[in-house]
Amino acid sequence: MSRKIIPIGPYHPLQEEPEFFRLYVEGEKVVDIDIVLGYMHRGIEELSEHKHFDQVTFTVERICGICSNSHPFAFVNAVENLANIEVPERALYIRTIVAELERLHSHLLWLGLAGHFIGYNTVWMWAWKYREPILDCFEMISGNRNHYAMMKIGGVRRDILDEHILFLKKSLKEVEKGISIFEKAVRNDPVIGARLKNVGILTKEEAINYCVVGPTARASGIDIDVRRDDPYGAYDRVSWNVIVLEDGDIFAKTLVRILEMYESVKIIMQCLDKMPKGEIFKEIREIPAGEGIGRVEAPRGECFHYIRSDGTNRPTRHKIRAPSYMNVASNKIAAVGGTISDAAITLAAVDPCYCCTERTVVLDKNTNNKIISAEELIKLSYEKTKKLKRALYGDFIS
Amino acid sequence: MKIENKLEKIKERFSKVIVSLEEKTKNRIYIEISPDCIFEIANFFKELNFRFAIASGVDTPSGIEILYHFSDDKSGKIITLRTLIKDKKDPKIQSITPIIKGAEWIEREIWELLGVNFVGHPNLKHLLLKDDWPEGKYPLRKEKNE
Repeated sequence: MSRKIIPIGPYHPLQEEPEFFRLYVEGEKVVDIDIVLGYMHRGIEELSEHKHFDQVTFTVERICGICSNSHPFAFVNAVENLANIEVPERALYIRTIVAELERLHSHLLWLGLAGHFIGYNTVWMWAWKYREPILDCFEMISGNRNHYAMMKIGGVRRDILDEHILFLKKSLKEVEKGISIFEKAVRNDPVIGARLKNVGILTKEEAINYCVVGPTARASGIDIDVRRDDPYGAYDRVSWNVIVLEDGDIFAKTLVRILEMYESVKIIMQCLDKMPKGEIFKEIREIPAGEGIGRVEAPRGECFHYIRSDGTNRPTRHKIRAPSYMNVASNKIAAVGGTISDAAITLAAVDPCYCCTERTVVLDKNTNNKIISAEELIKLSYEKTKKLKRALYGDFIS
Repeated sequence: MKIENKLEKIKERFSKVIVSLEEKTKNRIYIEISPDCIFEIANFFKELNFRFAIASGVDTPSGIEILYHFSDDKSGKIITLRTLIKDKKDPKIQSITPIIKGAEWIEREIWELLGVNFVGHPNLKHLLLKDDWPEGKYPLRKEKNE
């Protein structure tokens, strides 16, 4: 059979960020894939060498719009490792709370996009509905829905007040209800099962060979989590579990993320109760010469920062390794052998960083008026799900 | 196997090529080695179930340093292999991609940003920079500013 090339990207309506996948296909089957990067290269490692240490925290926050807390967190961990700084206890708890809130909103965002990619927009709408209260929490704590600017070398920049705690707990209870809806939906919905089970499998051997991290690794049976293995923040002061599943398919990747959200809620609730009173940062005047490594478990996996200083107020080298750097390469294994229609969700299953919004509006060409309302759209997606269910299980399931 | 035993094994096997080995701060171990034996050590690290995290290339006055960061997830330690390539005109080092697939991209990145030639790399081409990037211009080299 002749081999054809299907390009996805670099600018493609399916993707929110420019990345270029060249799919080599024979009929319906994907036989090879080329991944071309560099469309988003902004030279932040170099930029960071021209800023002083306090400014770098904000520079690295701009690397990513979704996990905008993970990079500053890893950076301050690296500098604190370099300079041997003890951080006040309360700051450690606040850092943990912010990091876990971020994991919640990031996983919900991914869940929504995953639903969208398999053409199941109900999942998208519901997941993003429950993401909203988390963003409200962020706005209350930091003043921003994103780019919270909470991290600072030696502590955090803003405190969590007592009146915030009540609101946080209320919002988290609401979100927890949402998570259990998603868990039931993903476990029981035949449509989701049909689209995700045994699709885009990454075996344990390949996952080790490609050095993947985070939920992508944990869904392939690799038991790693920086929060437990190399504790930072207040993770060693609260009890929680690392979620590991064995199957390596997209269904497992989805389930890992959903079950992880329960753990995040658990961690935040304990932190809110245990958080001691006191200082939220320690004044740091000088960073000595030396080198340090900091890492955090970002929503997508281990985020790695290496810092070298010569004793001036700027780093001489700042190496940044985001989790997607390791995970995206594994698409070569996951997507090859599957069909073209599964490629969209497979390429999205490692949760590459997407940070834009999507809206669906159908317009009448002549009058430019909206001809489909949101209610109608939801109705349409209900009908589609019903149709798929009927096709799978016959008429006796409504 | 515990990390202490693993470190003992490393010391035993590579005693001739290890320049220094120290735990600078808690959980951060740095091992300085000569660049010729990176392939053998990386291979041994793979056998010890260390996970390759990333490599950092640093341009220093005495040469180009490459730090290979490995993670031992059982103990939470990061073991960093430090190598110094003294020849800045034509820096080269053996590629570890044939044994660790996860190193493919970072070796391509160090090649284009610092000009280090990875001998034996299966696919050494541009990763982040455009394909027609001028030869001999390396964005992370320090001398460009002088």
